[in-house]
Amino acid sequence: MTRYQSPAALPATWLVAEREIRMRLRSKAFLISTGILMLIVLASVILPSVLGGNSSLPKVAAVGSAISSVEDTKAFEVTEVDSVGEAEDLVRSEDVEAAIVPGDGPTGVTVIAFDEAPEGVVAALSVSPEVQLLDANAMNSGLIYIVALGFGLVFFMSAITFGSTIAQSVVEEKQTRIVEILMSTVPVRILLAGKILGNSLLAFGQIVIIGVLAGVGMLATGQDILLADVGPSIVWFVVFFAAGFVLLAALFAAAAALVSRQEDLGSVTSPITTLNMIPYFLVIFFNNNDTVLAIMSYVPFSAPVGMPMRIFLGTAQWWEPLLSLAILLLSTVVVVAFGSRVYANGLLRTGARVKLSDALAK
Amino acid sequence: MLELHSINRSFGERQVLHDVSFTVGRGRMTGFVGGNGAGKTTTMRVILGVLAADSGSVTLDGAPVTAEQRTDFGYMPEERGLYPKMPVAEQIIYLGRLHGMPAAEAKKSTDELLDKLGLGERKTDTVESLSLGNQQRAQIAAALVHDPEVLVLDEPFSGLDPLAVEVVLNVLKDFASKGAPVLFSSHQLDIVERLCDDLVVIADGEIRASGSREGIRAAHSSPRYELQLTGDAGWLRTETGVDVLDFAGGYALFEVDNADTAQRVLKRAMTEGSVERFGPKLPSLAQIFTEVIQ
Repeated sequence: MTRYQSPAALPATWLVAEREIRMRLRSKAFLISTGILMLIVLASVILPSVLGGNSSLPKVAAVGSAISSVEDTKAFEVTEVDSVGEAEDLVRSEDVEAAIVPGDGPTGVTVIAFDEAPEGVVAALSVSPEVQLLDANAMNSGLIYIVALGFGLVFFMSAITFGSTIAQSVVEEKQTRIVEILMSTVPVRILLAGKILGNSLLAFGQIVIIGVLAGVGMLATGQDILLADVGPSIVWFVVFFAAGFVLLAALFAAAAALVSRQEDLGSVTSPITTLNMIPYFLVIFFNNNDTVLAIMSYVPFSAPVGMPMRIFLGTAQWWEPLLSLAILLLSTVVVVAFGSRVYANGLLRTGARVKLSDALAK
Repeated sequence: MLELHSINRSFGERQVLHDVSFTVGRGRMTGFVGGNGAGKTTTMRVILGVLAADSGSVTLDGAPVTAEQRTDFGYMPEERGLYPKMPVAEQIIYLGRLHGMPAAEAKKSTDELLDKLGLGERKTDTVESLSLGNQQRAQIAAALVHDPEVLVLDEPFSGLDPLAVEVVLNVLKDFASKGAPVLFSSHQLDIVERLCDDLVVIADGEIRASGSREGIRAAHSSPRYELQLTGDAGWLRTETGVDVLDFAGGYALFEVDNADTAQRVLKRAMTEGSVERFGPKLPSLAQIFTEVIQ
């Protein structure tokens, strides 16, 4: 008889992880929902610039001496015509929004429009007083909101998606009792490690793809400046997510090991899901509140959203992400130890839901 | 050979195994028989290391079984388990690889086993699409894929039709003949009777009998004989040392005080008329079982 050396910890973990990934990638539901999430991200990056971008400069027709003064403003797409009559024709046919012809007033031009005063055109040609901003670097609050929503949503969605995937996969093994075969084949901690690794890689891969999509989308639509602002915080987000997700994954796996049926899964995972929603809501409602963000950026659960947000806002010192990351990693180690204990003790107890205290006891 | 030494195990207040000791010899098919809740599954889980014993030890060829060795055991749990949505061959290969087989060997072994078990055509089907009987065969392939050092099967025959029982039986016999200890539990005493070389009977967490099938039989059989004559056997009642238990025309079932009496009866029977049948009446396993567990 040939005796097989049982695989070392790493290859065994990888075998388990690889199966998780393979099965997930085969699931149509997973592929479709990932596709939709990516489309949303891409759309939210590209659409604003397509809809509100360069192409919407108002079209005007200009005659004679008005041409040079109109072109100086660089605010219009100018059609040069020879006579006022020709310009009026273009206005009537609605090929242009307005015609600008030489006039007597202080601006030296007259605006001809069809049935109402074209406010955009008038504003561009008006003389406005000079405005001086005291905080010229502040970002506009709309952008802050979108970035906050982006981090919050992506973290929330990915954590929930892959967290519940882990939970389902744990219960599936428990429910079908294959876990007995697995436990007699490889150590329990390798099973857990493989599951966490596989799903973390999937989640991480999704986040990286989303990050790259967002970056490429910004470059492609000429939002280089935006990318320079958001880029570093996206990179930090990915780093924090990797650690934060492992923590969540361990919690999900431990919770799932307490029940034996998919139907009971909701009751044990809902506390974790709620924990997940807190940073999402906080970052949306308090993205302008430095104190709340500062606290969020150090609490392990919300750090993956809070710290990148502060980096984006420029309110974090250079050492703060490192400190927060250290705290996150440390708590991840603690939670994984706790989770694997609950997981190992819960696996063979089938039937009624296992009490957390029982699962920790022995 | 695989040996259990004084295994005890409790769940909370309830002690489910009391000083369980028995031996599973190499190349021997050992039947493990007991009622519901007698402790069969717990014992098997202890052997596999899925559960820890409170005290006692499991040894293989005299040395305590290590965790490393345990990963080399083949196990089929009572409540069947395979991934429902994964194709049959793929997950058996996966289990083989978890046992440390190189991918190519795992595949080869899986293909051979599935062919032997009559599942060759269904390799790429998902487990959930198989009938229960076929899922059971897949489960057996999962326990055997890595050519295990020790094979432990919890109720391998339950839910199989007679044809499938034969198929599985042959695969298991082939495997045992290669020299591995094989322990299997079953409620179906007739199958155990036919299949096992050795027998272990457990009741209320205690081993009530263990040893070779014939040995146990001999130990529990009272000296009963059966006689079938063409003529009437009424004279039997007058023989000394004979206690007639059942009687109908030419047939008699009787107990004797010793073997000589039986021989004397046979000689007389041959003078009385022609003997169609004469021999010791061995109790069936079911009889021994009910006797032993009381």
